[in-house]
Parts: sequence; structure tokens; C-alpha cells
Amino acid sequence: MSAAQAAAERPQQHHGPEAGDDRWREALRRIVSGSWAVSLGAVVLAILVGSIMIAATDQGVRTAIGYFGARPQDTFSAIGTAVGGAYSSLFRGAVWDFHATSFGNAIRPLTDSLTQATPLITAGLGVAVGFRAGQFNIGGRGQMLMAAVAGGWIGFGLNLPPVIHMLVAIAAGIIGGAIWAGVAGVLKATTGAHEVIVTIMLNYVAFYILGYLLATPGLLQAPGSSNPKTAPMKPNAIMPLLLGPKFALHWGFIFALLAVAFTWWLLERSRLGFEFRAVGENPAAARVAGIDVKRTTVAVMLVGGALVGLAGVTQVLGTTTTGFGDGIDAGVGFDAITVALLGRSTPLGVLGAAILFGAFRAGGATMQAAVGVPIEIVQVVQALIVLFIAAPPLVRAVFRLPQPGSRPRRAAATAAEVAA
Amino acid sequence: MSAVTATPDSTSVSADLRHVVVVSRKTPIALAIITALATLLYGLGSRPGYTHFRFSEYGDPVQLPTLSVNGMATAWLSLVVLAVLVVAAVGFVARQRKAPVWVPLVFALVAIIGFLGWAGAGSTAEYPVVSLVRGSVVLAVPLVFGALGGVIGERAGVVNIAIESQLLFGAFGAAIVGSLTHNPYVGTLAAIVAGVLVALVLGVFAITYRVDQIIVGVVLNVLVYGLTDFLYSQVLVPNGTRLNTTVRFEGVAIPGLSRIPVLGPALFRQSILVYAMYLAVPMVWFALYRTRWGLRLRAVGEHPQAADTVGIKVARVRYRALAVAGAVVGLGGAFYTVVSISSFGREMTAGAGYIALAAVIFGKWDPVRAALAALLFGAATNLQGTLSVVGAPVPSQFMLMLPYVVTILAVAGFVGRSRAPAADGTPYIKE
Repeated sequence: MSAAQAAAERPQQHHGPEAGDDRWREALRRIVSGSWAVSLGAVVLAILVGSIMIAATDQGVRTAIGYFGARPQDTFSAIGTAVGGAYSSLFRGAVWDFHATSFGNAIRPLTDSLTQATPLITAGLGVAVGFRAGQFNIGGRGQMLMAAVAGGWIGFGLNLPPVIHMLVAIAAGIIGGAIWAGVAGVLKATTGAHEVIVTIMLNYVAFYILGYLLATPGLLQAPGSSNPKTAPMKPNAIMPLLLGPKFALHWGFIFALLAVAFTWWLLERSRLGFEFRAVGENPAAARVAGIDVKRTTVAVMLVGGALVGLAGVTQVLGTTTTGFGDGIDAGVGFDAITVALLGRSTPLGVLGAAILFGAFRAGGATMQAAVGVPIEIVQVVQALIVLFIAAPPLVRAVFRLPQPGSRPRRAAATAAEVAA
Repeated sequence: MSAVTATPDSTSVSADLRHVVVVSRKTPIALAIITALATLLYGLGSRPGYTHFRFSEYGDPVQLPTLSVNGMATAWLSLVVLAVLVVAAVGFVARQRKAPVWVPLVFALVAIIGFLGWAGAGSTAEYPVVSLVRGSVVLAVPLVFGALGGVIGERAGVVNIAIESQLLFGAFGAAIVGSLTHNPYVGTLAAIVAGVLVALVLGVFAITYRVDQIIVGVVLNVLVYGLTDFLYSQVLVPNGTRLNTTVRFEGVAIPGLSRIPVLGPALFRQSILVYAMYLAVPMVWFALYRTRWGLRLRAVGEHPQAADTVGIKVARVRYRALAVAGAVVGLGGAFYTVVSISSFGREMTAGAGYIALAAVIFGKWDPVRAALAALLFGAATNLQGTLSVVGAPVPSQFMLMLPYVVTILAVAGFVGRSRAPAADGTPYIKE
């Protein structure tokens, strides 16, 4: 059936007697079948699975199950204690410490969460830019490591005036990340090599290059030491703390927010970003429209790598300023993928997702210390969130949300025709 | 066309047509580049002295003398052989024929020997040839199984980034069940089940829900890393003796074969999982290319629409392929906890799944080539330990980097032509 016929049918239902009722129904349907409902459902579902895992592995719960027949209420209270304790300590470590005596101490967890979120924001943006252009950048780890190499070398190896030193080091890190991602972009544009495979392999190449540089005296290794670790950063290169010495939050967070604004402008308002999205939607159509797809492919990787590089250099100049080893990426490169997916590849979505995951990271540490639940549960919950988000039909089925396209009563027929 | 078929020698013409090969000049070019690089390396870094190769171990039935050769002479001699092989490869391509697979194989072997000769020159330490070969084979076990599983999945059109998580979960399953039952066979069975489990999760999301296969693969790796880390510190560590102490497979000497000098002790005094690997490679090859199952699987991977048209159930074939692939990879995962060491450790696969993925691509999605690539990568990993013993001037990081660099060159098309199955990575939506 043609679109014209469908259009001809559509006005009828708006003039029907239940038009007002339908409009509310439609609004409600939009809310519950929209992507944000799925995101929320995925988070709830993942936290639920996490609770089951915490309860199932808790010693108290297992003891109580031993006499479940005699006193079943003990099992439930043990489950409540285990799960409640874990999540309340997670909250205490991530948002608001309700045991603290002063306001400063109580609010510190929130600033810790933002500190943890800082590299996730920029790296997530880098991956998101790739997604919008139809490219999958799994090379966050390698790009962060190369950015750390470049930025770190400037950071401890040179002597420059304040501010300038930091800016030069940041620029070097951004360039390092961009070049490392650019390798994948150039190979894809010129030979068609799949960027997923190339970026995965580049992760390991970067890891071993950094390992070599750290193990060789005279390169990155701190002088007079045999540890695979660099010298501390020069004070002029270090990103200043935002809220004074009591809090770990540093200027990297401001740079991350600037990166969010920049990425939004790039994707939504700039010509280059339009080309990115056009290539991402349909490379063939983009080529016909006169867009140089190969050039765009390289540009996407360069921009994405630059943003991930900013995350890498933030790590060495802001978070770990006493010298870094080969674990400086702290898993951010991979978490950035989940952040970009959860944030649906929009700058603001990435910001929100990164703060959520940053809170998980900060709270997970407190949870491990307070109630002994391993911090890896956070990784499991994050992965589950993304799995569920990636499969909206699954989440909709679990929460009995309407599937998109299945509309109530008469509207359903029209919708099917329009979709066809 | 009719004019061609009407000619008297139409049979030979059609036979010729059937043997259309895409001749790639990249193989000779790549081999020439490697030869040139080796020449440069040996020319710039001249290392005087003798290199010692020890061929026998204590207790071998046949004791061979230790071979001492001039290191630089070996290196230069190997370069001559390499140059001959380059000329041969050029010759094949000039006559419009594909360079046969033995050319790069012999090339790799000679290049390794020459490199060892150069690297060990002047050192008093001897190369233990037997344990070099044995170590390469043993280190390659999870890589070969992982690569075979990867080939099966990708040939059916499902990209399997999750090889890593299947290996890790297999190792985890084998550790727990093997410890509880004190029986490595049951542990191996559990590894297979664990591998299938991860593969089926991949299937549910990639085939049924049509989620991007790469996303599912990456996320599954994160998930299994987190899950095993969590269970390890929460369950395995407190109950280490009961849940995380397996009985390992004993080495079994094969009568007759194990008495062959050098190769016998290296290849035929191994654990049963290694013999399973020897069998798995031809079996997977046979299953893919000589059975109805394999034909359907490859059809689904190349052109699912066409396969669907002739009545093949695309989703079912892909699910079965993934389950088989998961079982094969899981078997490789068992290596870590019932062959290599007798307990599970955090993230003990350490990226082997990604090397296996690299082997799949370097091996051009062919089970035999992928297994050979995995063996080569195993040898590279094994070599870095040996090189540090003889004091070679090559940092270990560069040896460890080799598989990844080679794979980048492979996908970029510098080392042969890598073409993925046509429908690899695309979900099939029935119209």
C-alpha cells in the first residue's frame, strides 16, 4: 500500500469521536515505548540481576537457606541485609555519605564520582562520534595509552611555564590519541581493513610499546628506578584541583564538559559533523551527495581518537600525577563503549551515562571495603545494562512495554502500512 | 560463450574456467619486504660467535649431538633461501598461479631458524629445540581451538569477538567442576558446556534480537570478565581447596611416534587435549568442506537469502554453528585449568581470544590456515622467553607484539588477500 493511501486514511482517526482519548494514549505510548523507557528498564533489570548475584554468593544468605524450611523469614531478611547493605554502601560511596559529620565529607563521594566520570565522558564521546558515523572504535585502550605516552612525556620531561606546560601536554596527548586512531582510519579508507579488527590489534601494540618504553631506562622509565613506572609529572603540567585540596576533582572535568559542548556543536551544527552523520546513515548516498567518504572516514577516526586521547592525558595530568604504569587506562577504553551505547551516542546522553558509570566506579570501591562485595559486580551490572539496551525487544517483553509499531486498535493498521 | 563451448577442446577451456584464481601480488611483495628487513637487521647488527642448538633431552632414547653453527653464517644462509623463495613466489604469480601454501610455510620456518641463529650468536646458552617446539605447540592449544571456533562461527555469518570470554568461561567451568569431581575429563566436559553457554547468549542477541554482533561480542567479554572476577573473589578464593584445585591431565606418550628424534618428545608426549587439537583441525576442515552441514553453514554465511530460498533455516543453522563453535572454544578454555596449571586465576586468558581472532583473519577464515596461524602466534609468544635466556638484543615486547602487527598487515591486505564470508556480521532478516 502506498504512502498516499496511508495518508488518506490517517485523518479519519483524528476526526473520530475518541480523538482526545487517543491523543493521551498516544502520548503515554510514546513515553513507555520510547528509548528512554528502555534505558531505564535496562538499568533496573541489570541492578536486579546484580542483586541476585550478591544474594546468591552471600555467606549469610547461604547459611539461612540451610534451614529455609524451619524459618523461611530468616532467608528473606538475610537477602535484604546483603542486597540492602551492598546498595546502600554503593550509594554512600557514590553520592552522599550519610555517615559523615560535615557537609564537606558528606558530599565528597559525589565529587569522587565526577572525578571517575571525567575520562569516561571524553572517551565515551570519542566512541560516540564513531558510532554516529557508522564506525566502531574498540581502540580506546590503545588511544588512551598512546595519549598518556605523549602527554606524560611532555608532562615530566619538559620544563615550561605554568598553564602553557599543561596545555602543551594536553595537546600532545590529544595528538597522540588522534594519530593512533588515525592509523585505523587511514587503513580503512585506503585498504578497506575493518576498523574493529585494526583497533583491537592496535590496543595490544600500544600496550607493548608502552611496556617497552617503561622498561627501558632513558625512555619513559623514571630515572634511577627499575620499576615500569614513569617519573611524577612536573607541577606546572598538573591539572589544578577544582574544589581545593580536600577533593580529588580536577580541571579535567571542566575540559570534559567543554568536550561535551564541542561534540554537540560538531555533530549538530557543523558541516563536518553533518558529513559524519550522513556517512553513518548511508555511505552510498553520502558519496552520491558529493561527500568524500574516505576523507570523512579518516576524519571520524581522528576526531574520535583526539577525544579518547583527551581522556588518556586527563588520567596522567589529573588523576594519577605521581607517574604512571601500563594500567593507566584503568579499563576506561572499554567502558567508553558501554558509556556511548548507554548514552545512545548523543553528547548529553554520554555525559549522563558517564556520570552513572563514574558513580558505579566510585561507589563500588566503598561497597567492597564496607560489605566485602567485590567491585567486579559493577562491571557485570554495566555489561548487563548495555546488553539489555542493545536488545530493546527483550526489555520491552520483560516489562510488558508496548513494542514500537504495535499501536492500539485502529491505529495499528495504519502504522503497519506506513512502516511498509 | 557458445563459440567457446563449440571448440574441439571445450573440456579444457571449461576446466580452465573452473580454475579461475585471483592472483595477488601481495604474497611475493610481503615476503620480499620481510627478506629485506631481515637483511637490514643482520647487516646492521652483526653478532659474532657460535649458536648452539640442543636436539635431545636427558632420557631420550636417541641422543643427538648438540649442533653448533656460526650464527652469522646461519643468518646469511637463511637469507639466501628466503630470497630463493621470494623468486619462486614471483614465478608462480608471473605464471598466473597462486603461490602454494608451502611457500609461506617454508619461508616462515627458514626465517625463524635464521633469526634464532642470529639472535643466539655468541651466547653460551643452548637453544633447547625440543622444548621450543613443544612450548610452541602447548601455548598454541587455546589459540588453535579459539581460532577453529572463530572460523566456524564466522563461516556461518556470525562474527565472534567473544572467543575470549568463551575461553575464559571454559577455563572457569573446568576449574570448578574439575575440582569438585577430581576428574579432568568431567572438567573438560564442563568447559565445553560453558563455552556453548556463552555462544548461545551470543546467539540469542545476535541472531534472535539482531543486535550488532560486534557490540554483543565486546559486551560479552566485559560481562564474563566481570562475572568470573566476581565469582572468583567471592566464591573460589574462600573455598580454594574444594572448588579451585583441579587434577591435571597427565602427559601420554604415544607408542612408536614418541620415539622419533626431536619431534617425538616435542609432539607426542603431550596431554590428551593436545592430541584432541591434532584431531580437531582436520575434523573441522572435513566438517566444513565435505559434509552437508558444512555446505549449509557456508551457504548461510555467504548468502543467507539464497540459502533461505532453497529451504535452509538460516537462524537454526547459525545457532547450531555457534553451539559447535562454543564447544570447540570451550575445549580450548579447559587447557588453562586442567592442562597448563591446576587452578583458575583472574582473567587468566589474558587476551588469547583476541590472538585467536587474529589467527582467524590471518588464516583467511580457513580452519587449516587459521590453525597454522595460531601455531605461528604460539611460537612467537614462546620465543620471547627463549630469546631472553640467550640474551638476544630483541626486547620481549616486540616479540609479543608480533601477532597483532602481522594481523593488522593481513587485514590491510599486505599479506595475502583476506576476504571475510560475504554475510559475516550481518543479521538475517527474513522477508
